[in-house]
Amino acid sequence: MTLLSVRSLRVTFPTRQGVFEAVRGVSFDLGRERLGVVGESGSGKSMTGRAILGLVRPPGLVTADRLELEGQPILNLPERRMRKIRGNRISMVMQDPKFSLNPVMTVGDQIVEAYRLHAGGAKAAARQKALEMLAAVQIRDPERVMGAYPHEVSGGMGQRIMIAMMLAPDPEILIADEPTSALDVSVRTEVLNIMDRLVRDRGMGLIFISHDLNLVAQFCDRVLIMYAGRIVETLAAPDLHQARHPYTQGLLNSLPRLDAPVDRLPVLQRQDAWRDGDTITQSLETEFPGGL
Amino acid sequence: MLTVDHLNVWFGHPPDRVDAVQDASFTVAPGESFGLVGESGSGKSTILRAVAGLIDTWSGTIAVAGKPLTARKRDRAFYKTVQMVFQDPYASLHPRHSVDVVLSETLRLQGMDDIDRRIARLLDDVGLGRGFRFRYPHQLSGGQRQRVAIARALAAEPRLLLLDEPTSALDVSVQAEILNLLADLRAEHGLTYVMVSHDLAVVGHMCDRLAVMQAGRIVEVMDVQALRRGSAQQDYTRRLIAASEGYARA
Repeated sequence: MTLLSVRSLRVTFPTRQGVFEAVRGVSFDLGRERLGVVGESGSGKSMTGRAILGLVRPPGLVTADRLELEGQPILNLPERRMRKIRGNRISMVMQDPKFSLNPVMTVGDQIVEAYRLHAGGAKAAARQKALEMLAAVQIRDPERVMGAYPHEVSGGMGQRIMIAMMLAPDPEILIADEPTSALDVSVRTEVLNIMDRLVRDRGMGLIFISHDLNLVAQFCDRVLIMYAGRIVETLAAPDLHQARHPYTQGLLNSLPRLDAPVDRLPVLQRQDAWRDGDTITQSLETEFPGGL
Repeated sequence: MLTVDHLNVWFGHPPDRVDAVQDASFTVAPGESFGLVGESGSGKSTILRAVAGLIDTWSGTIAVAGKPLTARKRDRAFYKTVQMVFQDPYASLHPRHSVDVVLSETLRLQGMDDIDRRIARLLDDVGLGRGFRFRYPHQLSGGQRQRVAIARALAAEPRLLLLDEPTSALDVSVQAEILNLLADLRAEHGLTYVMVSHDLAVVGHMCDRLAVMQAGRIVEVMDVQALRRGSAQQDYTRRLIAASEGYARA
């Protein structure tokens, strides 16, 4: 079942040097799956996420042939209607909890506020829900954490709190923009497990934006590789190491590996042809609606 | 080249004193590349900063090239021997200083002559070319900025380079370029490296030996072959290696 359908999504910014195209015709479908979006900085992966949520501010301009959430168009909705979708139906977790949590409000107050904004209801009920959410993201002592300020919790816990806050309204889609890049490897696994469970148990659709190819290959079901604002290759995550696009291959080769030592790391030679070449697509025979 | 013996580093005063590094000991031979790995808060950067003289609340012994250092001031000779490259090239360069100003200021502070020729050489050394000399940081990419930061560190012609996560703010393809550059420079100039990283694969690529840190203590010093074989002595190291191999679905 298709949760989100995107066709020819473009994001442009006018600059003094002319129009800058941050996203240049991105198309994909998202089902109840873990969809990885990988690329280097400036490839347009974060901007794609922001465009879906209507978070590109003027003078940035978003256009698309289609941008539909369960069949309903959501492209350039008025802000009031978009606010009903954002948070309620599509949520986003950003990279660094330090910058996404309000430093002068307790964690509990922030979750309660977010929840009541979307679901309404009494404060006591919202508080109960907040405690449940914190427990759902494996926080052992939710009562204590509710009363803590963001600077009193660790980075990994901050990120789990962000996820708890995003999940309180029970969204259908979660867009996670580098959710684990600021975390240590041991904490990273916990955060990923939480998101993994949400996809499996609640049937949520997850867009996992990351620069970490190996992580995406292991965690996701399907991967889009972005370069210069376009998708250059799509494949099933377990097949990432059989990627055919020279850009994908180049990225993989430039990573140092413990099991395969080399004297010099191969350096990626970028080619202009990659900017506008065809997308390389596996013939995906999967239960997922994608496989564009 | 570098000896660290029973090093303790702390911040603040009792009762709020935090012991960031406790009883750390290791030695780095001349020409060696030594890695410090561990999770955030394990004290790996703190050791580097104490060696560089950026922290003065420490006890124990730090000796560079056989000369023990005192807690307080470091003299100019020290900074001719030891230089540091920081993690974030966006933060470590002055936004309103051109590459020329950054390098010429450093050279002048080190009492160098023939500054013009030296700047050209430094830029060639780090693979930037002379066309970059009058650019400002905002006109450079992240990788180019890190090259400028490396050129600045090399300006003093040091023998020991302290590298604090030199590539973790960079894309993987740029990381490969910078790691290759660092390897070339070490071979050309006979440098000694102490490199802090949370990325075991990067340390495995760059270093000969490494120390694994946890909660302010060194839990294990091992060579890279042992790391590759996965034959770590300590449980913690094995967990760290396993976690760095990526995500295994629960």
